[in-house]
Amino acid sequence: MMLPAIVLLPLLAALLPMFTRHLGRRWCALLVALPVVAALGLLAQASLPIWEGGMQQWSMAWLPSLGLNLALRLDGLALLFCVLILGIGLLVVVYAHYYLPAKDDGGRFYTLLLLFMFSMLGVVTSDNLLFLVFFWELTSLSSFLLISYKQYDSAARKGARMALTVTGMGGLALLAGVLLIGHVVGSFSLSTVLENGALVQQHALYPVILCLVLLGAFTKSAQFPFHFWLPHAMAAPTPVSAYLHSATMVKAGIFLLARFYPVLAGTDLWFYLVTTAGMATLLWGAVWALFQHDLKGLLAFSTISHLGLITLLFGLNSPLAAVAGVFHIINHATFKAGLFMAAGIIDQQTGTRDMRRINGLWKYMPYTAVLAMVASAAMAGVPLLNGFLSKEMFFTETLQSDQLGAMSWLLPLGATLGGVFSVAYSARFIHDVFFNGEPVNLPKFPPQEPPRYMKIPVEILVALCVAVGVFPAITVAALLAVAATATLGGTLPEYHLAVWHGLNIPLLMSVIALVGGIAVYACRRRLFAWYARLPEIDAKRVFEGRIQAVVRLAAGVTRRLQTGSLQGYVAWVLALVAAVLVWQLPNLASVTGERAMLPVDGVSVLCALMLIAAALLTTVLHRQRMMAIICLSVVGLIVSLIFVRFSAPDLALTQLSVEVVSVLLLMLAMYFLPSRAKADSNPLRVSRDAVLAVLIGTGVAVVALLVMTTDTATISPFFLENSVPGGGGTNVVNVILVDFRGFDTFGEITVLGIAALGIYALLSDLKLASAKYDPFGRPWAHDAHPLVLVTLSRPLLPLALMIAVYIFLRGHNLPGGGFVAGLITSVALLLQYVASGVTWVHKRIPGDYHPLVALGVLLAGLTGVASWAFDAPFLTSTFTHVHLPLIGDFELASAMLFDTGVFLTVVGATLLILANLGKLSLLDDKKETT
Amino acid sequence: MELLVALIIGVLVATGVYLCLRARTFSVVLGLTLLGYGVNVFLFSMGGLKINQVAVVGASADPTDPLTQALVLTAIVIGFAMTAFLVVLALRSQGEQHSDHVDGQDGEQRS
Repeated sequence: MMLPAIVLLPLLAALLPMFTRHLGRRWCALLVALPVVAALGLLAQASLPIWEGGMQQWSMAWLPSLGLNLALRLDGLALLFCVLILGIGLLVVVYAHYYLPAKDDGGRFYTLLLLFMFSMLGVVTSDNLLFLVFFWELTSLSSFLLISYKQYDSAARKGARMALTVTGMGGLALLAGVLLIGHVVGSFSLSTVLENGALVQQHALYPVILCLVLLGAFTKSAQFPFHFWLPHAMAAPTPVSAYLHSATMVKAGIFLLARFYPVLAGTDLWFYLVTTAGMATLLWGAVWALFQHDLKGLLAFSTISHLGLITLLFGLNSPLAAVAGVFHIINHATFKAGLFMAAGIIDQQTGTRDMRRINGLWKYMPYTAVLAMVASAAMAGVPLLNGFLSKEMFFTETLQSDQLGAMSWLLPLGATLGGVFSVAYSARFIHDVFFNGEPVNLPKFPPQEPPRYMKIPVEILVALCVAVGVFPAITVAALLAVAATATLGGTLPEYHLAVWHGLNIPLLMSVIALVGGIAVYACRRRLFAWYARLPEIDAKRVFEGRIQAVVRLAAGVTRRLQTGSLQGYVAWVLALVAAVLVWQLPNLASVTGERAMLPVDGVSVLCALMLIAAALLTTVLHRQRMMAIICLSVVGLIVSLIFVRFSAPDLALTQLSVEVVSVLLLMLAMYFLPSRAKADSNPLRVSRDAVLAVLIGTGVAVVALLVMTTDTATISPFFLENSVPGGGGTNVVNVILVDFRGFDTFGEITVLGIAALGIYALLSDLKLASAKYDPFGRPWAHDAHPLVLVTLSRPLLPLALMIAVYIFLRGHNLPGGGFVAGLITSVALLLQYVASGVTWVHKRIPGDYHPLVALGVLLAGLTGVASWAFDAPFLTSTFTHVHLPLIGDFELASAMLFDTGVFLTVVGATLLILANLGKLSLLDDKKETT
Repeated sequence: MELLVALIIGVLVATGVYLCLRARTFSVVLGLTLLGYGVNVFLFSMGGLKINQVAVVGASADPTDPLTQALVLTAIVIGFAMTAFLVVLALRSQGEQHSDHVDGQDGEQRS
């Protein structure tokens, strides 16, 4: 449990400032520092087995079916990164307390910083690749919030957006790569993947995987050509830069290279891709760093350059180079964090970061000057400092690589060139800032030394630079050894950490770099003049421009597709259906299957012809609405005859009664909707729609014919066999509805209820002006309730209700059941509405139907819940036979109660819909009379 | 007979699709109702056609497929509820926008 505690402590700390921010920044800093210290302590304890070559693992199953486990793993590499993240994080917490402006209570800052720390710890300790990607995205998000910390600053917002876009896209690529790795290896467990490197490399998908993972790493680590976001992320407060751009955020990409080194490295493709990107980044960053007048800009480009150096080392495919890469991760983190902090101090004390104005600070802040100078000397690779050691190893490795064949000299040449510029910009940082005459027009003058404790983090980091540089064997060797072993995933090559290796070519390269760098710096005036003449390219503006172009393109496409015309959308969807049919149907070998067709009889043909004629007439006459409704009802009646013909009495009954309510509904709709005789579709549109209709109709008919004449295995025999023993009823359709698939039915009556309630809501406060005249100019009849209908309808009601009860009761064994009985009851009551009017009916029965709907759904639900009382799953049914005198033996099933629920819902919903629609005309009448 | 049913399905779907593409809400309601018939018969026919073989245990020697019937039965009722919802939506749109055009307004005909 120690591992999750280490990762979660910063998350806990991130929550603390929420409660303490009113106490001021000092408390916030203290309270977030304590959990970090605790995590460091736990880390020290957890690391014990690692020093002996072991590792720590922890896992908890979360979604095992998806390969998602909450799994953590602490090996040498993860340990190294944890030390950097927590250690430098702690120093940044202290530093930020002194850095932030006085009016900032630090709550938001510390929360975001600790959230970021948490995500970084997650990235480096995840033992599950999907988990790793999750934390990876979390670092992108939290770094976005940190970079845009000064929300009022447009540059900060733009820089943050750029960083998020670039690293977010890389994150997507990484996700794709990780999913492919999981596909190839068959597991998302990092430990398994690390053991199956050969499997991945031999797979046909290896190049794709490699490119995707590298995209993730290169965008995060600001490798060329994705480097452009990093300098703009400098708009963040300096403690953030010190943290994100030395030890954490940008190192996450490097971490990925190191983590996947055993899986992906070792191939020619890896060499060419990684080495090229690394070399380009190294040189690009080093050269442009010299020309930055912004103090942090110089450090930003130098960071890019050093990241390129590390990437290059990992690309060389040599175990020793990988060791050097890991070593430089440590060194770069220490001196760069120190340098950023020193830059922050200078910025705070002088009020500017422009090196053309900051000069000669040696006089004003000699102590800070010494610290900054030592750190930049380490950056330049001056002997007796840590940067020298790893740079020496770097030079050695470039000399030993022969993978470029006859062009192998390019690598040491590029490395030396990078070294030259590295020395040049370090020299500029030292000379320009602390010497080089007097300060020019500083916003704050004279600058002073910062508060005592603000310097402590810098002092610690600089002391580490010196200690590692002078005594590498007793300071860093052990950590480097375990980290490098974990990176290589096996045995450690022979290497020797020492300050003095004798007179050799790498030393010569170092000397060339030192001398050359100082020489380059000496002719800086001519170089700056050349730089000033270069056309200015603002990466931010270019980037924003491109983003804007993409947005414009998307908006244009959207405008084209989202015209706001529903008619258009429907046409698009249907056109797509037609396209699929046209594309696939011609591939059918035959439109009929192997089963012989049933013989045709005359009555069926006659009915079919009537139906077809009625459907076509509905279409042709759709503007003469009364005729259309009559034709439509003919169609509905014949459809119910189809059900009768093909052994579906339940369907026929349902269809018949629904037909009645549908026609009522359409009549009401017709009454309110404007009549319109003129055609308002142009001929082009009509023919287009006709073509669509014919295509889709033909397609569906062909599919139906094919299925009907094909013998297929179905699950229906199960229902036929189990209907009586399992459900206690012989009408299989009803037993399926109330028993086997009772949950479905439950859902369906719920939908019915919701639709009814929705309709009720839509109708509330609706004011409609109904037409006084029919389309032919005749006034509507005033005789609302014809006497014959009224007289006939009243005795019909009890008869119809009796039939409904009969249909309901027999439903379990013979055609019928809750749905049909409910519809029959509704029709009987609706007839009273039609014949005698809403007012008359509501005087006699309560016109409020919502409780009925609710009662129905509730009853059905409770029947289901009741089975829990008998330790059975939801909606388990039971039945028994009871004997009543006079009536005889009959069966009582719990499903009947459920069916009662269905019945009530159907009655309630149907009446709720139609009675409320009918009331609209009542309002209209009232308006007329008043 | 299957051919006849397929023909019926085709005609119902085609007329339904055509009416759904009209501009006036009333036509669209008619179209959806026709399309609903077509789809219900289509679903029903997926179980195969049998004459005089009701799916009641003991009533027939070779009962027809009860499952598609059960599905279509609820589909008919839900179809009615949805048609009703659509009608009321059309009425509401008429009440609010004073137009029965499906796009909410009588604009120029878009193609």
